[in-house]
Amino acid sequence: MYRSAKYNEPLLNELTHIIKGTVKPNPSIPASLQRTNKINIPDLDETQLVRHFHRLSQMNYGVDSGIYPLGSCTMKYNPKICEDIASWDNFSYTHPCQDISTVQGNLEVMFELERMLCTISGMDYFSLQPAAGAQGEFLGMLLTKAYHKFNNDEKRNEVILPDTAHGTNPASVTMAGYKLIEIPSNKNGTVDLSMLEKALSDNTACFMLTNPNTLGIFESDILEISKMVHKAGALLYYDGANINAIMGKARPGDMGFDIVHLNLHKTFGTPHGGGGPGSGPVGVKIKLEKFLPVPRIVKKNESYFFDYNAPESIGKIKGFYGNFLVLLKAYIYITLMGGDGLREVSEIAVLNSNYMKRKILDSKRYEMPFKELRKHEFVLSCEKLKQEKEIRAMDVAKRLLDYGLHPPTIYFPLIVKEALMIEPTETESKENLDSYIDALIKIADEDPEIVKNAPNNTTVKRVDEVGATKNPILTWKDI
Amino acid sequence: MKFIPNSKTKEIMLKEIGVNDINSLFSDIPKKILINNIELSDGLSQQYTEKKLRNIACKNKSLNEITSFLGGGIKPHYIPSFVKSIISRSEFYTSYTPYQSEASQGFLQAMFEYQSIIAELTGMDIANCSLYDGVTAVGEAALMCTRINRKKTFVIPENISYDKKSVLSNYVKGADIEIKEIPFDNKTGKIDIKQLEKSVDQNTSGIYIENPNFFGIFEDEVDKIAKIAKDTGALFVVGVDPISLGITKSPGDYGADIVIGEGRALGNPISFGGSSLGIFACKKEFLRQMPGRIIGLTKDSDGNRAFCMALQTREQHIRRGRATSNICTNEGLCALATVTYLSWLGNDGLEKLSKINFENGQKLAKKICSIDAFKKVFSGVHFNEFVIKYEGNIKILNKKLRENGILGGFEIKNQFPKLDNCMLFGITEVHSDTDIDRLFKLLKVISNV
Repeated sequence: MYRSAKYNEPLLNELTHIIKGTVKPNPSIPASLQRTNKINIPDLDETQLVRHFHRLSQMNYGVDSGIYPLGSCTMKYNPKICEDIASWDNFSYTHPCQDISTVQGNLEVMFELERMLCTISGMDYFSLQPAAGAQGEFLGMLLTKAYHKFNNDEKRNEVILPDTAHGTNPASVTMAGYKLIEIPSNKNGTVDLSMLEKALSDNTACFMLTNPNTLGIFESDILEISKMVHKAGALLYYDGANINAIMGKARPGDMGFDIVHLNLHKTFGTPHGGGGPGSGPVGVKIKLEKFLPVPRIVKKNESYFFDYNAPESIGKIKGFYGNFLVLLKAYIYITLMGGDGLREVSEIAVLNSNYMKRKILDSKRYEMPFKELRKHEFVLSCEKLKQEKEIRAMDVAKRLLDYGLHPPTIYFPLIVKEALMIEPTETESKENLDSYIDALIKIADEDPEIVKNAPNNTTVKRVDEVGATKNPILTWKDI
Repeated sequence: MKFIPNSKTKEIMLKEIGVNDINSLFSDIPKKILINNIELSDGLSQQYTEKKLRNIACKNKSLNEITSFLGGGIKPHYIPSFVKSIISRSEFYTSYTPYQSEASQGFLQAMFEYQSIIAELTGMDIANCSLYDGVTAVGEAALMCTRINRKKTFVIPENISYDKKSVLSNYVKGADIEIKEIPFDNKTGKIDIKQLEKSVDQNTSGIYIENPNFFGIFEDEVDKIAKIAKDTGALFVVGVDPISLGITKSPGDYGADIVIGEGRALGNPISFGGSSLGIFACKKEFLRQMPGRIIGLTKDSDGNRAFCMALQTREQHIRRGRATSNICTNEGLCALATVTYLSWLGNDGLEKLSKINFENGQKLAKKICSIDAFKKVFSGVHFNEFVIKYEGNIKILNKKLRENGILGGFEIKNQFPKLDNCMLFGITEVHSDTDIDRLFKLLKVISNV
């Protein structure tokens, strides 16, 4: 039976006695700034620290521990060779302001990666600057603004998106100062064309869409949608969180999207790092190129340069040039996979998802609202389990932990009741998928009390998240 | 080896679910846009990929081959092997945002410890567990000030980096916040307090200063600035170089409401400007307006200590269009590097490190200024960066230095036109006396020609 490590590991400040005290003020520092009190950071030996953090690592589940099918997060295996190469000093120990002649390798990687992403997505140009997908979305909104402003069309102050959109989409829209118009999906779980038609107007700046959407359904009306959006004078934005489903099968550029962001930490195998660093490059069609952030990377006579000469550019979105080592790892990943390899990534990601979906639905324990054919992910509903046995999606998720399996994304998208959003990715074997399917079926048949009281085999039992918010203890000073 | 185990079993799987071939799984894609290949080269084996990357890496010079004295806010720092070892634990780096707390106690506890240490360091009550970088942190701070007091003018020093100004203007666009720049004092290099006093009024949402500032100078009139902020109801936002805090006061001790900074120097590789870490800390009263993930301590159903993400109702995955920020993926692993780095240093280690950086800064400035052609531009006390005016041609100087394996000062004329012929030198604990001597000798020879 699975058991996760449990150490009751003390906090750093509990491992030793912090010596509170004074510091001899440094007379060379201006008097008003001289430090007089010691900072409360414990002084520990390296041995103690290694044990501490080693134990913490053992109380953490990663892709290397097992299947991690968080929907829309694309938790695929991260090839070790990428980590290895990214740690080389000739990449990791280079300065962003070094003379360009001494970092031609870095620029080559960035230049080539931009071309690769263009080829994969069907866009004309990319900026590699955004630190994550959400920042890419925000950049997309800034580009949208710049575009309409350039065309003296500034009254466009609304952005439309479907109710299945990722949470970052609406947040990025309002952060950019746009009014948010959310349209309900149709009975197939896709964009309702009549609702879209109604929402589009002279005020529409942009329509944001994920394709396949967060239900894992491909928006087959995409060409019609593109026509409608462009006819209204708006731009079409592609949230690329789900592009692991369609590489080598279809390209957002060919679907009519004007702006695209990709998540390198999802699709291109770079690790998620417990929450980052990620990378969310933004691609555009040629009509938007001049607004892209500076610097652009250009190649002249076999040498690479940074080009800051872009009067219409929106400027910068992040310091320097983006999360360079993440860019490097994605470049290595694409080099390893090649064009055919990437197509196979999508084919098997979609096969794995449909395989799981079919087997689970055949078991009749869970339901799946909306259309049958799914891409890289699918969304089950535990509504029937809830009605019959009072087992909720949260309970199923927690019980999966007892089997040593990472749960799917839960309660998203919002239009599916008691949602389990499953994205297995292409890097899981049939055996792993079968075990996961078996576990889901078993859980549905288990004594509801066991499921509702799960997990039991994890480091801690079910965590009181409400309490953490009601009575926030956010540092060791609060204890 | 291609990381796709089911390449071999796909026929069996298709058969089991009654699907004829892979292509029928893509039948919902309109024919008009359906493709069947990507025009990229064939994939390479791992061995050839490594070889290819070695050839590319050769086109770079690392800071091992070339000694950097570049200033401008980013400098090389020593990273203990211990830090690299811990962040290489794949239980950490192959995990994601800890949505499932029971399976993520390790990372959650480390982030709780990170928040605790950052709060201690900055003198604030609370910290989040990272933003993208110190640059975007300024933007998030400006937005937060307006969320708190509904005022719409954010005041910044003229002398912050171009990156920060540009990112800030992009971040506040949507909220209609006006950015007002306060000039620096031409003599001291510090913020012009009189101008600041004049410019701040009842509409000011926040006052942002940096300590040390972009010119490396300590802003020592912080008590006055804090008072100006307090008197007008503006929030006092301080951007720090965390390394300096070993010998200088925490901004919380001089009245800051929000403290931000770039945390790359704390255990993360310089990586061509990547591996950044946005530090963000504030007073507890502003907790619900804070951007980013926050980890809290709570209990499990047995009453035992447990950690989880707290106050998620501020965040985009719950509140969507009304979230405090759109941030989702942050810089978790960089924050992990930072908590391991700071705990490795301990309080004495940080104090010592801070002192070395300060002393090296003084030593280098003194050495350079002993040569006739170089003059320190500002009279204010500096930390580990400083502005030097050169009477010759900086480009030629830096080219000659480069030929001798040294990266000279960072030219700042583009960012500050009135600082013609000026450059920012930077130094840290990685520079030895031999490095300083080598630079000194070369500067002497080159400037004499």
